[in-house]
Amino acid sequence: MNPWTVQTLVPLPVLVPLFAAGLALALHRYDRAQRIISVAALSVVTVAAAGLVVFARDAPVVYDVGGWAAPVGVNLVADPLAALMLLVSSVVLLCVLLYSMAQGIADSGDRAAPLVHDTEAIRRILEAQDPDADELRRRNVLPVAIFHPTFLILAAGVGDAFLAGDLFNLFVGFEVLLAASYVLLTLGGTVERIRAGSIYVVVALLSSILFLLAVGLAYGATGTVNMAQLAERLPEIDPGVRLGIQALLLLAFGIKAAIFPLSAWLPDSYPTAPAPVTAVFAGLLTKVGVYAILRTQTLLFPRNEALEIVLLVLALATMLIGILGAVAQDDVKRLLSFTLVSHIGYMIFGVALATQAGTAAAIFYVVHHITVQTALFLVVGLVERRTGTTSLERLGSLATLAPGLAVLFFIPAMSLAGVPPLSGFLGKVGLLEAGVLDGSALAWLLVVGSVVTSLLTLYAVIRAWNKAFWQPRPDGQELPEESHLPWGMVGPTAALVTIGVGLTVVAGPLYDYAERAASTVMGEEAYIDAVFPDGAPRGTGESDEVTNDTGEDQP
Amino acid sequence: MIVLDTVPSGALLLAVGVLFAAGVYLLLERSLTRVLLGFVLLGNGVNLAILVAGGRAGAPPITGGAGATEPMSDPLAQAMILTSIVITLALVAFVLAMAYRSWQLHEHDEVQDDLEDARIARLAEHDVPSYADSDALGSGAMLDEEAVAARDEVAFPDAATRRRPDSSARGGGDT
Repeated sequence: MNPWTVQTLVPLPVLVPLFAAGLALALHRYDRAQRIISVAALSVVTVAAAGLVVFARDAPVVYDVGGWAAPVGVNLVADPLAALMLLVSSVVLLCVLLYSMAQGIADSGDRAAPLVHDTEAIRRILEAQDPDADELRRRNVLPVAIFHPTFLILAAGVGDAFLAGDLFNLFVGFEVLLAASYVLLTLGGTVERIRAGSIYVVVALLSSILFLLAVGLAYGATGTVNMAQLAERLPEIDPGVRLGIQALLLLAFGIKAAIFPLSAWLPDSYPTAPAPVTAVFAGLLTKVGVYAILRTQTLLFPRNEALEIVLLVLALATMLIGILGAVAQDDVKRLLSFTLVSHIGYMIFGVALATQAGTAAAIFYVVHHITVQTALFLVVGLVERRTGTTSLERLGSLATLAPGLAVLFFIPAMSLAGVPPLSGFLGKVGLLEAGVLDGSALAWLLVVGSVVTSLLTLYAVIRAWNKAFWQPRPDGQELPEESHLPWGMVGPTAALVTIGVGLTVVAGPLYDYAERAASTVMGEEAYIDAVFPDGAPRGTGESDEVTNDTGEDQP
Repeated sequence: MIVLDTVPSGALLLAVGVLFAAGVYLLLERSLTRVLLGFVLLGNGVNLAILVAGGRAGAPPITGGAGATEPMSDPLAQAMILTSIVITLALVAFVLAMAYRSWQLHEHDEVQDDLEDARIARLAEHDVPSYADSDALGSGAMLDEEAVAARDEVAFPDAATRRRPDSSARGGGDT
């Protein structure tokens, strides 16, 4: 049998970053080696994801980890939805990694890099604690280059969460990416990051516990955690128990995705992290939550009218309250964090409609939002690098000082607000169309709410653009002319902005793909067929070698 | 095919309930160490709940034992519990490190106020709209310093006030 098939691609997005993370940690003294390893690993992931997008188009690709067939073994399933999310996330991860390398977050050789600032703070604290300690000991306490390994583990967790073919593996993927995100958020352990990090960690721990409990309940009720089998068995169990499991899963993922009453942690914790970390969190982590909601609500559970109404109301509240928060902000990072919360509402709107059109629109919107939101945060990182602040009270006249930066901010901001012909407009049109097709009074209310949110987003980002780029600085000071942004930071940002614009160009095929992904998730047959080709469980949990020859140690 | 005995043991269920109740209570505390203990209790409660889902205790979770007729426990539930114990261990280690770091920096490990909460509370106190740079308002104490100093814990009342005299007026974390 040929060992190199399409299925070989499936475990790569998890395996390669994990191995690379170990290698990078072992080589933490060799800065250049670390960089090469990280970039190579994420490039391999991107290529593998691109391959999966092509091969998963017709039927989901299933891989049995360790050779144990489903439902007993753990399997990874790359259906169109997972493959698409994987491709977008790996491209974003690669761009952010390149950006962070130029910013000098991994090494501390750069003057204006945030981490250098932090090490200074740590050094001061250490001096206050123990003035007699020698310089060498102090240097040992300063953070080692853990950024690259942690970032790779985050990538592995994201990949695992997207590819997981059973609920428990999804939980493990979540935990891997969350554990990495705790480290990245509290990088350097400064006062501000510890404050924001403790809130973030406690909230995330709670959501993990809820998720684990839901997995346990699902297992108790159906006797399986395999998604294909759950999709078959969940419709048959007691509706009350099913509603409990569904609501618990929704609660756990709702915290991750920052849906309105569960979203207060996000705008407080994200902006304190270094710019590339904030960018990748904003782009990916909440979307993993949205993906999990999409996956579980559509694939596993049959339609539930009451829960759909609750989700629609929550989507409306998320949109409006999030954007009203954004309008009131003085800091660009916080403003963008609030727009992030607000636009999660759009995706939940699409999911809550529970129609194929709604789901397809939500998938397209997720793809658009990952690229655009990450690009915006990267641009804000550039602004911070150029001017040393992100407060709108202190920024000004950047359009004359850094016209390129102004363009880089303007395009994704317009896309976020939904100005035609950018991808945000297309995503919103898709959602509005799905809402109108649904036709219920609540759906119409959400259509109106979406348009209002879109206008308020336009107001918020234009206000930021005016204050930071167009108006003169309030204090009348001029920026130093000579400081130039490194190309390594501008390049990846420009690449992401270009990809965001490119989404408009390829919107037709992309929307087709999103529709295909939606039909695979909504119509469960394709997914179940791929995991159980003959309609019956393939694995029995008994290895041939063990049953034939009990003398063998390992199958 | 051996059918599992699925009637759960009452003692285990009771233990799950008690662990959950105590865990939720501790999770609502302000000190990071207690929150962590709450998390550990909740995690153990969930693990026990999964164990209950795996059937009655007493039988080995392996096949190919003395005879095919012997009852067997569900190994999958136990495998999941083992995984989640390992994950919990790692997270506990991280949170402990974070609590220690917080103690290093502030001499306490309480989860601090959201800065935005503090900002809004201050605006309400001064009865002003929020379009100015509100950090510059009032006494001059910066918001983050204030959030650090605001404490619920009463066991060591002077710890915060001794170091930051300006914080005594608004300690108590009532925002």
